[in-house]
Amino acid sequence: MINLEESFQPGRKGFFTDTSICIGCKACEVACKEWNRNPADSTWQLSDSSYDNTTHLGADTWRHVAFVEQGRERIEQARQSGRQLVNLGMPGVRTEAATNVDVTPPDTPDFRWLMASDVCKHCTHAGCLDVCPTGALFRSEFGTVVVQADVCNGCGTCVAGCPFGVIERRKDGLVEPKTNRDFTAGEQAPTPHVGVAQKCTLCYDRLVDGLEPACAKTCPTTSIKFGEHADLTEQARERVRQLHAQGLTEARLYGANPNSGVGGTGSVFLLLDEPEVYGLPPDPRVPTADLPHMFDRASLAAVGMIAGVVLAFFTGRRRR
Amino acid sequence: MVPEAEFTSYYDRPIVKPPPWENPIGAYLFLGGLAAASGMLAAGAELTGNARLRRNSRLSALGAVGLGAVALVIDLGRPERFLYMLRTVKLSSPMSVGSWILSGFSAFAGVAAVAEVDRMTAQKLPLGPLRRLLQWVETPAGVAAGLFGPPLAAYTAVLLSDTANPTWNDAREYLPMVFVSSASLAAGGLGMITTPVDDAGPARALAVIGSACDLAATELMEQSMDPVAAEPLHEGTPGKLLQWSKRLVAAGGLAALLGGRNRTIAALSGVTLLTASALTRFGILHAGIHAAKDPRYTVVPQKNRLAKRRAEGIVDDSITTAD
Repeated sequence: MINLEESFQPGRKGFFTDTSICIGCKACEVACKEWNRNPADSTWQLSDSSYDNTTHLGADTWRHVAFVEQGRERIEQARQSGRQLVNLGMPGVRTEAATNVDVTPPDTPDFRWLMASDVCKHCTHAGCLDVCPTGALFRSEFGTVVVQADVCNGCGTCVAGCPFGVIERRKDGLVEPKTNRDFTAGEQAPTPHVGVAQKCTLCYDRLVDGLEPACAKTCPTTSIKFGEHADLTEQARERVRQLHAQGLTEARLYGANPNSGVGGTGSVFLLLDEPEVYGLPPDPRVPTADLPHMFDRASLAAVGMIAGVVLAFFTGRRRR
Repeated sequence: MVPEAEFTSYYDRPIVKPPPWENPIGAYLFLGGLAAASGMLAAGAELTGNARLRRNSRLSALGAVGLGAVALVIDLGRPERFLYMLRTVKLSSPMSVGSWILSGFSAFAGVAAVAEVDRMTAQKLPLGPLRRLLQWVETPAGVAAGLFGPPLAAYTAVLLSDTANPTWNDAREYLPMVFVSSASLAAGGLGMITTPVDDAGPARALAVIGSACDLAATELMEQSMDPVAAEPLHEGTPGKLLQWSKRLVAAGGLAALLGGRNRTIAALSGVTLLTASALTRFGILHAGIHAAKDPRYTVVPQKNRLAKRRAEGIVDDSITTAD
């Protein structure tokens, strides 16, 4: 694990995904697939979940747009749970902003569509990075978490280590030497990196060339914003205050709190309902936070095992 | 405390992913534990001058760890890169630490077993001048393998618990105890099969001690867990595997205790205990994989612990904030 100060250093890049202005066009999904040459992941079957036929993030899908349809009752619940969050008195700017809030709630609509483009969180304390045995996963100079495909041996530990279910081992593809990666325009590109862990790199290859990630570049509504992590979280806080001032108490931030179980995330989201509604964990915690304790328990077990064997040799001596 | 009604999910889709670990990993969990405790039995037998138990346990240890390592490599996405496991030493990664433990154990257990084979074949191995070296390092290597045994048996529990998997992670308090006990009873069982009763006393005793500890540790583990996170240990195929494992541990342990001095009963008890240990490992592996497939196991315990912290007045550590 790295320390907080370091990870929030200037230069840490990230996303702010403002789901309140997402229109569900899935341009981010397409741009991501094209730039990263990720293979199709679909069986071409409709999934019966609104307009979401991508279904989940995975080895071949690094942006996923969720669609949630909600009626009046659920909207009221979301507004209620948001108000509870405000009332908890979270740390920080709180008091002044709260007194300025116009508490008259707007009319609750009969129906709403939540759309949210999910992506790797690039956690401050990244479970995948901590548990990777080969060093294939690394923290980049942009504060992001990236897999080196030519180092990963596909052990799969990172898949279990991610509290968000983002990283996955790629099933189908080609084993290719590094030199042969290009393809003919107009033809289906071969899929690289079979059998190794794959996930969003926050377009590491574009960042080193001074470009922004493909999804943020293509997003037509600026729902996906890319930039300095510190600026983005400030923008996110400003936006949530704005929505609260409009009486939209359902608005909340996900990942902006550096005290959370993953130390805050590089990809911050503005959500309009509880995280699990979007398929996000409500209280993620990096598993390695408990590793020292687990080490103690395992040591205790190991000592117990030695005691058991010693005892076995005492009680099981040969009788002559 | 029962927010079942409040539980919402995104079209019932899973939140965390199960690792791509299939039956070879279950086999490794079993074989690694078996090898670890066999190595300890061999070291004990060496130190107490029990040559037959030492020989059999050394060969068992090498056989089990060899097969286990093959199972591990098979399950990699890129098996040809298995040596990348030793690219680095990374203390935050139980898989990295475990790879080094496994390598150390294998090396020492290998030397001890080769020395044993050389003796069995009346020095027919083409060792040349290395024979004298081998005879000189045999005992230290056997003892070193014994010392690598406990970490080899225990680390796999940390490997499973140090994940975002709701069931494995929540089992972290007692899973190492379950795994070392399971390893002990398996090695005791194998010792009872391979070694005549006169020399198998320590194996028998280890089988009985391991069985008692396994049942106790499993009970403690289940009690220490969030009831929802523990559910996969009781349901479906993993639930059945674990239930049968308990029965067989009890039966095999009792048989070893009461009838272990009878060669036939000893062998049957050994087979029962080996089966029980394998069932434990496959049961735990598949319970976790099942737990990852249902968002309920992720969402409900997390909501509970968040609500509990808030009720205690800790309101500054939620990932969701109003600003």
